[in-house]
Amino acid sequence: MSVFGRLSLSLGLAFLYGPIFVLVAYSFNASALVTVWGGFSTRWYGVLFADGPLLAAATVSLHVGVAAAALATLFGTFAALALDRGGRFPGRPVFGGLLYVPMVMPEVVTGLALLLLFVGTGFERGLVTLVVAHATLGLGFVAVIVGARLKGIDRALEEAAADLGAGPLRVFATVTLPLIAPAVAAGFLLAFTLSLDDLVIASFVTGPGATTLPMRLYSQVRLGVNPEINAASTLLVGGVTTIVLTASWLSARPARSSVKSV
Amino acid sequence: MGDTGSVPRLGLEGVTKRFGDGVAVADVSLALAAGEFFCLLGPSGCGKSTLLRLIAGFETPSTGLIRVDGLDLAGLPPHRRPVNMMFQSYALFPHKTVAGNIAYGLDGLSRTDRSARVKTLLARVRLENFEDRRIETLSGGQRQRVALARALAREPGVLLLDEPLGALDRGLREETQGELRALQRRLGTTFVMVTHDPGEAMALADRIGVMDRGRLVQVGDAATLYERPATRFVAGLLGDVNLIPGRITGRDGEWIVVETGFGPLRASASESAPGEGEAATLALRPERIGMDASEGPAGTITEVTYLGVRVRSQVRMNDGTLLRVSTPAASHAFGLQARDLHGPGDTIRLDLAPEACRILPP
Repeated sequence: MSVFGRLSLSLGLAFLYGPIFVLVAYSFNASALVTVWGGFSTRWYGVLFADGPLLAAATVSLHVGVAAAALATLFGTFAALALDRGGRFPGRPVFGGLLYVPMVMPEVVTGLALLLLFVGTGFERGLVTLVVAHATLGLGFVAVIVGARLKGIDRALEEAAADLGAGPLRVFATVTLPLIAPAVAAGFLLAFTLSLDDLVIASFVTGPGATTLPMRLYSQVRLGVNPEINAASTLLVGGVTTIVLTASWLSARPARSSVKSV
Repeated sequence: MGDTGSVPRLGLEGVTKRFGDGVAVADVSLALAAGEFFCLLGPSGCGKSTLLRLIAGFETPSTGLIRVDGLDLAGLPPHRRPVNMMFQSYALFPHKTVAGNIAYGLDGLSRTDRSARVKTLLARVRLENFEDRRIETLSGGQRQRVALARALAREPGVLLLDEPLGALDRGLREETQGELRALQRRLGTTFVMVTHDPGEAMALADRIGVMDRGRLVQVGDAATLYERPATRFVAGLLGDVNLIPGRITGRDGEWIVVETGFGPLRASASESAPGEGEAATLALRPERIGMDASEGPAGTITEVTYLGVRVRSQVRMNDGTLLRVSTPAASHAFGLQARDLHGPGDTIRLDLAPEACRILPP
């Protein structure tokens, strides 16, 4: 690589990851003052794990994340199947395009729209509305990931299964599903991280007793940044990075080696 | 083979498939006997694969009937049809082992019966002890055999094969042809194979059906199609042929006389020949033309190509028509010098025997 190439790459990466690096470094700061380095310490992680409200918020986030990701995966996968394997039906290109809309919609708009929907239909805001809202957020992503995988699968495989006596359900369960499984898993993980990261939509649709981790962190930051927040954020960054890397690894695996069993 | 007087194993009656404005399969009728090896031959896009998919049930005919042993298949989904298909891409399940693939259609059997059956099938395609191999570790030829074993697992009355040898390289293909033929003979299963390779169809099939733009233009054994083609298309598909335009002028005993650019020729008629006074085409195989005749139309040799087994020459007739002539090259082995053979510029007479000239529609 040329000198210019190296420099560009370093600057780009520094720009992207510099702030995160600072955040991580300061989470190990012994000092209680955020801007003063007082030596290496893990004390803030200790404080973090003794912080009841913060841990409660993290639990809410995990529960909502899993439930929302499960819903998004279920409906997103069905949407992808209908669009790719459902034959021709009127409006198919339109439906395909509509899947992308929630992905590019400003979160404020999505949040407001969902709030109006829940208020209008008399839904009590809380965990359920959070799960529904986050499932909406993740559904499009799941459908796109699973749809890409489906396009790469030779239809002759499903035809061969049918030819060998398998009805539509058995074809789906024994051929289609095992082959799209990595994409389904990747979609689930992505939907989970989207839910875990979301602050804006959650602020609109949540109710009392359902405070997510990002909401809790944000409200604490408004009272002043302390190293405990840094520690919590570091853990969040670590978790999300792991999940996203797993998801991209899953969706990049070739169809051949997708499932090991007979 | 064809008509045994009983119900055919596979019967097609006026099968037509339209896609939008186009017709993929046009009014195809056919009856195959049990145990017959039938080849559908034609260039890509002639509708042969669509016809196979109609029989398998992946497409629904626009009109017409498909029967297996008299049973009308209309409305039966693919998984209820007494036929199986071997796919061109093999369509082996990548997430299953060899045994898992072959046993997929055997879900009615007990575990022990199933593994015994898989063993038998693997032995049949000479892949003993391949049960636990993963598909991705197999060579192309091995995959082809697994696909064949899987398609035979349910002992179908009719096996459909879509270009089963198309993905193999040349040497392997010829070897596999022999095995496929032997296997079909041994099992007595009716095979319907789609191919675009005339040599393959001639080597394998009891009967060949030639398809052209959705129509089944001629059905017959290899010799019939080669010696007595019904159309210019069939004549050209099965081998090199000289097609000479002419006009039917009358009869000479059992022969029909056709006036061509280089004089009148006597020819044997075909069922599809036009009537007297009408335009026609004469089909002449290059190897049925004799050189060095004492009488017959004269021409000048323009080109001689030595090909080992045969020598191919090009002869310009007095009206400018170019004829390809193919003669055995064996004489070279007996110490003949190059000067003993004809070379470009030599004037010769051609022996165009009436038996070798066939009249086709123009």
